[in-house]
Amino acid sequence: MTGLGRAGRTLRRTAWQALPTMIGIIILCFFLLKLVPGDAADVIAAEAGSATAETMAALRARFGLDQPLLMQLLAYLDNLAHLRLGFSARFNMPVSELIMARLPNTLMLMLAAMSMALVVGILAGWVMAIFANRWPDRMLQVVVLIFYSTPGFWIGLMAIVLFSVKLGWLPANGNMTIGADLTGFALIADRARYLVLPSLALASFFIAVYARLTRASMLDVQRQDFMRTAAAKGLHPVTIQLRHALRNALIPVTTMAGLHLGNLLGGAVVVETVYGWPGMGRLALEAVTGRDFNVLLGVLLFSSLLVIVANVAIDLLHAWLDPRIEVH
Amino acid sequence: MTYPLLRVEDLTIGFPYGTVVHGVSFDVHPGETMALVGESGCGKSITAFALMRLLPPGARIQGGHVIFDGVDLAAAAPHALRDIRGRSLSLILQEPMTSLNPVLPIGMQIAEVMRRHEGIGKAAARRRSVELLELVGVTDADRRYDDFPHHFSGGMRQRVMIAMAVACKPRLLIADEPTTALDVTIQAQVLELLDDLRRQLGMAVLLITHDLGVVAQWADRVTVMYAGRVVEQAPVRPFFATPQHPYARGLLDASVGHDGEAHYTTRRLNEIPGSIASAAGEAGCPFAPRCPDRIAACRRAPPVLTALGPDHNVACIVAAGTDHVAVDR
Repeated sequence: MTGLGRAGRTLRRTAWQALPTMIGIIILCFFLLKLVPGDAADVIAAEAGSATAETMAALRARFGLDQPLLMQLLAYLDNLAHLRLGFSARFNMPVSELIMARLPNTLMLMLAAMSMALVVGILAGWVMAIFANRWPDRMLQVVVLIFYSTPGFWIGLMAIVLFSVKLGWLPANGNMTIGADLTGFALIADRARYLVLPSLALASFFIAVYARLTRASMLDVQRQDFMRTAAAKGLHPVTIQLRHALRNALIPVTTMAGLHLGNLLGGAVVVETVYGWPGMGRLALEAVTGRDFNVLLGVLLFSSLLVIVANVAIDLLHAWLDPRIEVH
Repeated sequence: MTYPLLRVEDLTIGFPYGTVVHGVSFDVHPGETMALVGESGCGKSITAFALMRLLPPGARIQGGHVIFDGVDLAAAAPHALRDIRGRSLSLILQEPMTSLNPVLPIGMQIAEVMRRHEGIGKAAARRRSVELLELVGVTDADRRYDDFPHHFSGGMRQRVMIAMAVACKPRLLIADEPTTALDVTIQAQVLELLDDLRRQLGMAVLLITHDLGVVAQWADRVTVMYAGRVVEQAPVRPFFATPQHPYARGLLDASVGHDGEAHYTTRRLNEIPGSIASAAGEAGCPFAPRCPDRIAACRRAPPVLTALGPDHNVACIVAAGTDHVAVDR
């Protein structure tokens, strides 16, 4: 029943489920990618402008692309079993190095976007619930509707026009000031400035979802008997909202947030491209256009791992929020 | 006569679509159990919530006074009201399954009241809460302090609610159908606990119920409501011996076991024809459409509460013998 025991059980159970899931994902993706016309040799040859049949064959032999399909799969799985992700034909370096260079950026972006979506969404929803059907609620409803119905990349582009081009407040591209040798607080501030716009673009849709969800569940909680009990104890309305209402209202929001983590990773592909953010999403896009399947498989593997880990975190958060949820 | 602990005067409560409680008046004296009886929808629960100003959204006190301990709760400032709620005036709700917060440990929910009103520390509040849990009959109270509501049965949850309600030794406890959601055997235990606590703590209980058996066994005085109006007020003994209002008589006729021989296996229960909905739009006595004794004058104006004897009031022109007055008017 203790929090630690509960966390331990969740982790064990998740590990058991995660392994077969990931192997399944890899095998499925492998075959799907092989259905795509063309391979890395084609792309390299096309970029070079011309290539002889012998050069093509040599390239294919070097990347193992001349092997039968099943042999290629077995070779990849064998590599994986030895914790190797293979070699990138396109970037000419080991896939694991490529991914490790990009993973922290994507993690940071996801974390920032998720935090922004939750904090802003919950706050907006709370304000909407408090002022239900009065003007602050109606105004926020319109804003939320715009966030909900506008694609994130368009909001991103408009934010670049406004904050970077017109106002010059925030940088439009990249993830850090190149060449600026910063340390300590200055480094963090520099990174944060680059993080604001892409996070906003990525989070906008989810801000809208969480705001609507929080509004609805806060209003729903107000009607519950235990709210009347709390008021009958003589508690201050703010205490009642913070201690008794909010936690109950957050349960549906965290459930949705858990489901959204995967979507967030998908959205990162677009947002990273718009903002030139050197993350896994853009790496995936480059891998697709370059037919660099080793890289793409590696990205997919890490993405699924990320989603699984994030879901465990959400599960734990959920169990803490709602003691009725016991991990079996 | 002692000055009443609670005096409700001409309390009128309305929703935007209409008035649901029409000028209800009653007293609760220190240390007594007063039962507020009526069928579903007669306005008894809304009256109870209005006493603490915990009305559902939309409902509003449109008139009247709720004088508790010399303070008019209907007009008190919100912060003054919060100081009274939970300390000298507390509430138990009908549904123990939903009236505790599902995500907070029950001990913390009890301790919260004392920390609010008595300003005691966390450890002291915990100690007191454990004592209270023991007082209401929760075994192994120290360990169960950290349990959540879903670990408890309905009867146990209602005990926790009671512990919470009596934590600051209130002078008046409002119990809104505290046993309706419970098994019959548990009902008796919970009511007995309430009665014990009433005597131990010297508090008064306003018991809202539709169960006349409960009234007969546990209450000192009874107020019967019908369609948002008080129709009869009396001490329990005279009420059950000689109910005056035709509605009260109908209620007693419709229940079993008071005269011993009547039983549903040997004869059909009497019923009051019609439903409470027929009171809607009635200009006169709201019970007139269902009343066996009605006369023409009943349809003219709602009857006023008239004293029949000491502490026995009835709102019926036939029973009070004031029908000629109404005709003359």
